[in-house]
Amino acid sequence: MTRSLLPLANGTAASLEEVPLWPVRHFRERILEAAFEGARLAALLPLPGCQGRPERLLAVLIHDPRGTLLLGAGDLQGASSYPAFTPEWPQAQAFERDLWESAGLLPEGHPWLKPLRFPWLTDGEVIPGPYPYYTMEGEELHEVAVGPVHAGIIEPGHFRFLCHGEKVFHLEIQLGYQHRGWRRLMTEAPPCRRAALAESLAGDGAVAHGTAWAMVEEALRETVVPPRAQALRSVALELERLANHAGDLAALAGDVGFLPAASYLGALRGDLLNLTLSLCGNRFGRGLLLPGGVRFDAGEEQASRIEENLGAIRPLLEASARLLFDASSVQERFQGTGVLGKAEAEALGLVGVAARASGCDRDVRRDHPAGFYRFAQIPPQTLPSGDVYARAMVRFLEAQQSFAFLESHLRALPQGPVRSRAGEARPGRVAVSLVEGWRGEIAHVAVTGEDGRLLAYDAVDPSVHNWMGLALALRGQAISDFPLCNKSFNLSYAGHDQ
Amino acid sequence: MKGIFQIRQTMGRRTVAFPPKENPLPERFRGLPLLAPERCQAGCSACTEVCPTGAVSLKEGLHVDLGQCLFCPLCEEACPSGALRFGKDFALSASQREDLSIGEGKRPNVRALEIELRRLLGRSLKLRQVSAGGCNGCEAELNASSNVVFDLGRFGVQFVASPRHADGMVVTGPVTRNMERALRETFAAIPEPKLVILVGACAISGGIFEGSPAVAGMPAGIPVDLYVPGCPPHPLTFLDGLLGLFGRRRG
Repeated sequence: MTRSLLPLANGTAASLEEVPLWPVRHFRERILEAAFEGARLAALLPLPGCQGRPERLLAVLIHDPRGTLLLGAGDLQGASSYPAFTPEWPQAQAFERDLWESAGLLPEGHPWLKPLRFPWLTDGEVIPGPYPYYTMEGEELHEVAVGPVHAGIIEPGHFRFLCHGEKVFHLEIQLGYQHRGWRRLMTEAPPCRRAALAESLAGDGAVAHGTAWAMVEEALRETVVPPRAQALRSVALELERLANHAGDLAALAGDVGFLPAASYLGALRGDLLNLTLSLCGNRFGRGLLLPGGVRFDAGEEQASRIEENLGAIRPLLEASARLLFDASSVQERFQGTGVLGKAEAEALGLVGVAARASGCDRDVRRDHPAGFYRFAQIPPQTLPSGDVYARAMVRFLEAQQSFAFLESHLRALPQGPVRSRAGEARPGRVAVSLVEGWRGEIAHVAVTGEDGRLLAYDAVDPSVHNWMGLALALRGQAISDFPLCNKSFNLSYAGHDQ
Repeated sequence: MKGIFQIRQTMGRRTVAFPPKENPLPERFRGLPLLAPERCQAGCSACTEVCPTGAVSLKEGLHVDLGQCLFCPLCEEACPSGALRFGKDFALSASQREDLSIGEGKRPNVRALEIELRRLLGRSLKLRQVSAGGCNGCEAELNASSNVVFDLGRFGVQFVASPRHADGMVVTGPVTRNMERALRETFAAIPEPKLVILVGACAISGGIFEGSPAVAGMPAGIPVDLYVPGCPPHPLTFLDGLLGLFGRRRG
């Protein structure tokens, strides 16, 4: 009898034994069947056996139309290689490079098998070492190498452009400089470090990653989060989205030299961060989240003060964004620049703002609602054009929705406590959480061993899916448009490199 | 054009005075820890047990190492007697690493640079920023330091695009193995005399990533002029530390 993939709701856990286990070749077929039906890859991780070597592969898929996660496992049967998914399913490319690099598993037939994070560098070795950059030959071609240190306050990464004059034929993005050994610390360091680690995976998305982490801990511990805490988590998440979207619009305005909007939106971003600060004592929401709820309540007075502030910020933000979008010089720079088509976005498994700007209708808040989003929907905003304009405009549209969401819920937060006691983690379980962070879909996966301790943990930042999207969006563009395209994606280096 | 002025008029002047007349930060802001060791209950070590980075110590009386502290609320929450609370003071920087370890009544201290350096750099300081494993928290706050609200530019401080144009280096992140060489090369490329400023718990002590085999830490042999604690430090904390180097903290 063939079993089918195990359906799992966002933010819940199942026994590891319930996850169907096939020999790895059959596993591959099952996964590709689901992919053919429209499932996307959320995570692919090795599960260690008794000798610490990877024994099984655990795949977490997302089926948007069915609103469910799908889990399946492949038994490697002692082998250190398996037939790669990527040739048939390009969105697996980064995940399989990770397996190869960090678990020593060879995905046979992978067309782009290159280091992802360089986690194994020893003394004296330097990154990138003998990195096999994609090359072209021709008398009039040249290469431009940029980074790791960039010309601003930006995280490090290396960009290699293959150009013909101004025109970019191909951009290769080589990362790994930010690798901090995050996954290993998550499973091996004392548990009291996990909250801060989750918040530090990508520090501009501390609330989103903190929430995703708290959700898997709660699923493993069978903890029920009080409604008021769920609502406050959504408040913090939408404030984070607002601040970052405002900041991105400011930076995009700055990149095209439209300084009034850059200055106004930059200041408003700070005002929004200050609302999070007033709630939990940190501008990025650090310290707010814990398994079982949130650490800080917003009393009636504070909630109405936040609401009042939002009421003052919103018209200014909207007017500033309109200045930006209405200026013909800005339209000229945004429209038709860095186009990523829907077919490519689908094939690469793009998520979040970048996916919606290429016409992919996906948003965890609608498709896999957990917590407060089960009661308060926010419909996704999509645009078809896939250019810088679309990525900017989706941010503006989402910011308006976040304002509306906060306005309608801050006044009527559910009553009751904001935290409940989290029990002990149950052994032999797998828990998965999805959160729509401001960049896009964040997936956290935790697996407990027979002693209840964490056996494996993985966190997939939206950037893992989306960096390849930026590379493809640059094809055929002028190299001088790179900063603008890069900013329109605004991906995390640390979130990717872990 | 009209729209530009309308928004400008509604927003008004946004730049904050520095130093501010009164602390503008809200009640819940976690700044300089307020220590009252006389309140410690005998045998109690609740704070050290929950601290994720080992910043709190009881060995020589209650001490907090601001270089390791994430300013998270765990110790304050665990303390049964109110011996350890976070105050609102954002002045947290120090010129010496050991000055970041604070006990009762002790504050971190920034010593002004020698007069020669102040004369040379005091009114025009160009800085190169290197993120070496930073999560984009510290980087975001450094970016914010240059916006219209905190406006570092008014003090003659500017972040520049090349180490050759810089008078100093600002480091964020725990310094990953994969960034160590790039960091050394950036430092080497800055002409003398040069300042080095470490921003955030990660750069100062490794922070939450301390002990990771993927982290190399600040290379030995790079002298540090200023430590700016926080996770991430508030832009006012950065302004305060930086201006302290030039003796310009007090207006």
